[in-house]
Amino acid sequence: MTKSISELEEIARKCRVEIVKMVHRAQAGHPGGSLSEIDLLAALYATRLRVRPDEPKWGDRDRFILSKGHASPGMYSILAEMGFISHEDLKSYRVLGGVCQGHVDMKWCPGVDFSAGSLGMGLSFGMGCATAARLDQSDRRAFVMIGDGEMQEGSVWEAAMAAAHHELGNLKVILDRNRIQNDDFCEAQMRMFDIPAKWRAFGWNVKEINGHDMTEIMEGLDFLEAPENCNGPSILIAHTIKGAGISYMENNPSFHGAAPNDEQFHQAMIELGEVEV
Amino acid sequence: MTRMAATRDGYGQALLDLGGNEKVVVLEADLGKSTKSLHFRKAYPNRTISCGIGEQNMLLVGAGMAASGYIPFASTFAIFTERAFEQMRNGVARPNLAVHLCGSHGGTHTGTDGSSAQSIEDLAIFRTLPNVVVMHPCDDVSTRVLTMQLPALGKPSYMRTARNKTPVLYDGREDEIKIGKGIVLKQGSDVAIIACGVLVSESLKAAEALESEGIHATVVDMHTLKPIDGELIDNVATQCGALVTAEDHNVIGGLGSAVAEHIVANTYAPLEMVGVPDRFGESGQADEMLEVMKISAKYIALAAKKAISRK
Repeated sequence: MTKSISELEEIARKCRVEIVKMVHRAQAGHPGGSLSEIDLLAALYATRLRVRPDEPKWGDRDRFILSKGHASPGMYSILAEMGFISHEDLKSYRVLGGVCQGHVDMKWCPGVDFSAGSLGMGLSFGMGCATAARLDQSDRRAFVMIGDGEMQEGSVWEAAMAAAHHELGNLKVILDRNRIQNDDFCEAQMRMFDIPAKWRAFGWNVKEINGHDMTEIMEGLDFLEAPENCNGPSILIAHTIKGAGISYMENNPSFHGAAPNDEQFHQAMIELGEVEV
Repeated sequence: MTRMAATRDGYGQALLDLGGNEKVVVLEADLGKSTKSLHFRKAYPNRTISCGIGEQNMLLVGAGMAASGYIPFASTFAIFTERAFEQMRNGVARPNLAVHLCGSHGGTHTGTDGSSAQSIEDLAIFRTLPNVVVMHPCDDVSTRVLTMQLPALGKPSYMRTARNKTPVLYDGREDEIKIGKGIVLKQGSDVAIIACGVLVSESLKAAEALESEGIHATVVDMHTLKPIDGELIDNVATQCGALVTAEDHNVIGGLGSAVAEHIVANTYAPLEMVGVPDRFGESGQADEMLEVMKISAKYIALAAKKAISRK
């Protein structure tokens, strides 16, 4: 699972293209959070997760739970890149009967470990997966990606407290800290103050990185896997940009849950290097 | 002398009996002493997961474990299961993960803690969830037997148990008890009383009183509310021509509603519903609460006569 930084960046670029295509085709969906998370997902899937695309239900696989389940185009794009689903499957996003349901769904899509879409649930589910792994005396891990707005759900903190209490060293969280939620900037909706301090106070190992710098992302994933951080749960706080990679979507709350029009789509393809100017 | 026991004790005993299955795990939210999962905890501490006072997290830890091959039994008070309703809906029922949730201290029969602890809507809300089996057994034996059947169910369930003791009806009759199959406890021809939980024994008392007046009542223990035993409802509706439902639960959405939903589309018979009259409870002894809520044997008998008069 060795990949160079430039190879990872190219995977992420290809995923960005698919993300924009999916939401443009469906004229619905969540591009902003998909684009903020995608560098992290690309590195995680391409270099860390012990999974088998040809055997998605392999019992001893690492689990990956996208708790911010609305940011599904990001996950579908990396699942296609890894071979869990085909690129043709991506056209089923938000289409009746499609494997790519609006929010990631374990009943519909190979490689999806949890049916998310309701915020504040994935960390608890991941804790269950991690607890089961420990009972099985397996070295499989549970990785959970949560959003920053999601941390406003009280249940996240029930899980944070419980995971630390049970010293679940096989539970790894990545926080997509993109600073924007549905209605507006997080700062306007509900200030979260010192996020690293909050997780430390709950008993977690904490590291902050730039979630768009592949070198820092790899260091961050090293941190999550480091034996000295397997004494309890760990969280990687990845500072990201909502809509990263598409100029007019970046830091723009309007593109949390809106699709680009044809003109915007064309511009995005130019910015992603798919279309020559 | 009839043996008296609480259904929650049957649940606790069943968990202990299931402990030999290495896949069975118990999840607690600081009420193991009350729901009776404590016996399992004592015997199998490594397979008991404390979730603290955090029901929402508990349900989804269960979901994660079910998705990893375990058979989780999570319990708390019936009223607090409701706090995790959306977790049960989105994280358990929707992906059809076999998490077994038990809500103890259900109904106004719970008594002196008062209205904050008397869940009167749990059966209704969980009944609305696709994939979820909903049960409310009437004695410790049937609670134990039904709980023992859950590992083979392969889908999620909600079971309400009660805090206080009720008469034991099934000693030596364990083989008759199966999830989804109502049980005829007394055969009559004038009216059929379909009851669940603590009102099953009240219904038997009512039937006895009716008998002294020459009215022959059938009594059914409908321990499983979903899937409801429609075949049995059709049979007793045909035989008796009048129905009564009896439950320690809001008349809206519980057993009465389940029976009504069935008969309007199948075998029709006049139906009188005995249940909590869409109001909250208060502090009182269990038997006093049945009178306050007008759901005791006396009111079941009155309802039976009314149902018969509507034939």
